[in-house]
Amino acid sequence: MFKRLDNTPEKLVTVTIEGQPVVVPAGETVAAAVLASGLGHTRTTPVSDTPRAPFCLMGVCYECLMVINGQPNQLACREVVDEGMTIERQHGLGELST
Amino acid sequence: MKDHYSLVIIGAGPAGLAAAVVAAEYGLAVALLDEQAAPGGQIYRAMESIPTERAELLGAEYQRGRRLVSAFRDSGVDYFPNTQAWSLNHRREIGLLRDSTPGMITADQVLLASGAMERPIPFPGWTLPGVMNAGAGQILMKAHGIIPADGVVLAGSGPLLLLLAWQYLHVGVKMKAILDLTPVRNHLRALPHLPRALLAGHYLLKGMAYKRDLKRAGISTLHNVSGLDAKGKEQLESISFTHQGRQQTIETDMLLVHFGVIPHSHLSRAAGCEHNWDSSQQCWRPQRNDWGQSSIDGILIAGDGAGIGGARTAEHDGRLAALQVVHLLGRIDLHERDQLARNDRKWMREELHIRPFLEAFFHIPGKLLSIPDDNTIICRCEEVTAGEIRKAVADGHSDSNQVKFLTRCGMGPCQGRQCADAVAHIVAAAGGQSIDQGGHYRGRPPVTPLTLGQLACLTSEETE
Repeated sequence: MFKRLDNTPEKLVTVTIEGQPVVVPAGETVAAAVLASGLGHTRTTPVSDTPRAPFCLMGVCYECLMVINGQPNQLACREVVDEGMTIERQHGLGELST
Repeated sequence: MKDHYSLVIIGAGPAGLAAAVVAAEYGLAVALLDEQAAPGGQIYRAMESIPTERAELLGAEYQRGRRLVSAFRDSGVDYFPNTQAWSLNHRREIGLLRDSTPGMITADQVLLASGAMERPIPFPGWTLPGVMNAGAGQILMKAHGIIPADGVVLAGSGPLLLLLAWQYLHVGVKMKAILDLTPVRNHLRALPHLPRALLAGHYLLKGMAYKRDLKRAGISTLHNVSGLDAKGKEQLESISFTHQGRQQTIETDMLLVHFGVIPHSHLSRAAGCEHNWDSSQQCWRPQRNDWGQSSIDGILIAGDGAGIGGARTAEHDGRLAALQVVHLLGRIDLHERDQLARNDRKWMREELHIRPFLEAFFHIPGKLLSIPDDNTIICRCEEVTAGEIRKAVADGHSDSNQVKFLTRCGMGPCQGRQCADAVAHIVAAAGGQSIDQGGHYRGRPPVTPLTLGQLACLTSEETE
């Protein structure tokens, strides 16, 4: 589990993580928000449906793929939270929108 | 964004920022593309937004970046944050993705300053949620003020592990243990390099001070650890390892691992630049001359993306490459270039005194690199195990690319960033050949996943 250092951010936004509203500091990446919220795993693998979570946080492992605002295969470590954003775990390959 | 620049720099870490400032001084039309939302790269990440208190906790070395970032902001360079470069070729055409919109730009000269990534070393259980890179832990603290809640274990080998432990100590993170996987025999290996390292003695003193602080704080550090094994069902529950001949177990929900850093060379590979194996740094490095020029005309590489030298070296290296570009584009003559380069060359030499010592001291043992346990997952994306790769080698496939075609190892979203080195080591060890014989995956654009829809948005004029 993670926790936040005691500094109060100037601005907060509300996002929805797996259906639950969560208040997080503005400017934070989605990966940081979900790790701090204690979500645990952030996706399951396409090959064996095994749970995974962010690993490198710098855009080289592609382990943090999530469904953000309905779009699958988004790098949670690169996307920044926004008011009203919906964040969901990605199961397997993720449905492609048409 | 214009569609042509004199110089396009990719990466906003110390090398890219320093290069941009120099090139702008000489009036070149410069664009700098970077994946992140703000300049600084990984080392100076969040430099402009970090609360003062947290910046102080991170130490003086981090705060050095402030001067560089502000000089860059003042330089007037066209800066494109949140932008991925997904393609580069010998015609210096760069494919990029900005706000999900693709585009192509061209440049007279391209400088790759992609920096480093942590060396991925697969071990049993490394794919479990709760196991992360130490660099990821540091990013969470630096950029977001997020720290492990209780009883984290740090394991691996390399200066970053020690630095992170020291930073964690200062912000009050409870650490259950530090497991140092550096073999004791490395002390002997490093000894011949000690005299030169003493010329950069401040680095050694700093490392010793970190160790002393951790010891005084009573943080348990176990040295010469081997057999790291992360266990858990859906999430990390415990780790086991061997220390002084005995197997031990620690219960924890978080393990941060680190095994040094390697150049992030996906774009230079996709462009077709030549790379060579460096046995001291234990990584592939792009070929280049003293001025950062790669094997392809018009493509230069600077900073850790060209070979690991650290943040200060990267800054000098970036400036040298920029001077060469300024010279190539006719703004200064050879003599002026050499004069202007003198200080950076001198400081770079000083910086590099410590490297051979560090490389020998933190030399990763072959047993860790070649992944002895057959069940260990090597390719995190396609879930290919070490055993499957060894079987492919036993069946007569003696290079990394053949193994890739056969097993799908390296064909997932990360495009081999996490498994390429491990595969090369396994192939070399299993086939009884040297690592450069077995080779590295070929790189091909797009180096970051694009949708067909995004590709289709490129008009034909732009792609011809």
